[in-house]
Amino acid sequence: MADFFMNTTLGILLVIVGQILLVVVPLLLALAFLMYADRKIWAAVMMRRGPNVVGVFGLLQSFADFGKYIVKEIVVPAGADKAVFFMAPMVTLVMSLIAWAVIPFNDGWVLSNINVAILYVFAVSSLEVYGVIMGGWASNSKYPFLGSLRSAAQMISYEVSIGLIIIGVVISSGSLNFGEIVAAQDGSYGLLNWFWLPHFPMLILFFISALAETNRPPFDLPEAESELVAGYQVEYSSTPFLLFMIGELVAVVLMCALIALMFFGGWLSPIPGLPDGIFWMIAKMGLVFFFFSMVKAITPRYRYDQLMRLGWKVFLPFSLLWVVFVAFAAKFDWFWGVYARWTVGV
Amino acid sequence: MSVFAFYLFAISVVTGGFFTVVSRNPVHSVLWLILAFLSSAGLFVLLGAEFVAMLLIIVYVGAVAVLFLFVVMMLDIDFAELKAEMAKYMPLALLIALVILMQFVIAFGAWETNAAAEGLRAQITPVDRHNTEALGLILYDDYFLLFQLSGLILLVAMIGAIVLTLRHRTDVKRQDVVAQMMRDPAKAMELKDIKPGQGL
Repeated sequence: MADFFMNTTLGILLVIVGQILLVVVPLLLALAFLMYADRKIWAAVMMRRGPNVVGVFGLLQSFADFGKYIVKEIVVPAGADKAVFFMAPMVTLVMSLIAWAVIPFNDGWVLSNINVAILYVFAVSSLEVYGVIMGGWASNSKYPFLGSLRSAAQMISYEVSIGLIIIGVVISSGSLNFGEIVAAQDGSYGLLNWFWLPHFPMLILFFISALAETNRPPFDLPEAESELVAGYQVEYSSTPFLLFMIGELVAVVLMCALIALMFFGGWLSPIPGLPDGIFWMIAKMGLVFFFFSMVKAITPRYRYDQLMRLGWKVFLPFSLLWVVFVAFAAKFDWFWGVYARWTVGV
Repeated sequence: MSVFAFYLFAISVVTGGFFTVVSRNPVHSVLWLILAFLSSAGLFVLLGAEFVAMLLIIVYVGAVAVLFLFVVMMLDIDFAELKAEMAKYMPLALLIALVILMQFVIAFGAWETNAAAEGLRAQITPVDRHNTEALGLILYDDYFLLFQLSGLILLVAMIGAIVLTLRHRTDVKRQDVVAQMMRDPAKAMELKDIKPGQGL
């Protein structure tokens, strides 16, 4: 039996499919409850009850929503480019899911342990913009088109600063592999060893850029009801719309995982002595997601020109300067060497 | 397995390239071009050059092709006119293509591969290093000055593009961000006590 799974092509293929399902199924299940948590947190801030009818405490609300989306009719605009129209939501969903191939949940618990993992995530998240552009263009309608242009410009702008922030972390850890980035944050002081402390300004910048990159409030301009109807999704209904929604939320959770891995030490325990493990990783992702929800509840929406100014004129120069600073600090061992946690000698 | 992957990527590169050329709709052309880029990134991975593959996706697919799409989507092109225009130049284009083809044939016909070249092809990176690390050492140690110089050339090109397109228009309203942020109620409002029966 072991021989079949280790040595034959079919066996290896089955093992890979099994591993993929092991990541994707819990992720999508967790997503349903995160959607519920999002609405509950938002409701709590506004002193409402939020969803509380379907299931105990409304826990099954998301599943009811999924069911509702699936049984509705798919409406295709008359002038739409059908192939591209249906490809767009699939691109969004697939691109947001395949990034999880390199995200480790525990030491060695990763589908594909590649050298350039963080670049891979960056590359895949830069592909997510295609779902938006294709959806807006293929609808053959003015509002989705304008919405998609806005959304795409926003995503590209903030990708630049995300890339520079990642470079800072990579300089500090000396590797592009998530396992080694987390290993570089290991130390005898628990949570004081993690990168959030030396890279604190970049943590804030990354969080805000992640909000903009995933089109979350306060940067949800593609969906600003007062200006554009609902961004690039106007013409979408039923399952294609559901795919867009799931794709966006998976991208949000991916950003939570990235923040947990790069700044909060992934699966390392915050208190020295306690065992490391997957529950720390999940707890950290949950905490970051809580902040994502809180931001949605408590901030007013940005104006588009303010958003662009913030991205290009504030975040980009600041993160670029930070890269230069980290490079010097790592090279010359400033601040007791906190910026150079290389596991291997260079 | 990797042979299967190679043929998959190779076929999709060729298909993507083919439909980039023959698609009637320019937006479809760009989408096919993106498929070709992605598949060639896959080929790079098979070659063991994963860093180059990721850069290809980030730079070409993530940035350049998006700009292509932006431009192409917003153009309002009359395809019939474009086709008529193209038919006019077709004989000339075919002639040039033929000349280039002949040049390639002559060049490759006379090309003798050095026997040592086979060995060079097999070993792309030193075995004890990651591809990323090897590239970094070459770019920042061996060819440091040339690399900086190419960066400088790009910087000059960028500044040139900005200078060429920068126009200071006086007939548009501009927002002064500092003035907007420094605004407070005392400056923006004036309270007046108006007696009944009197105007301002």
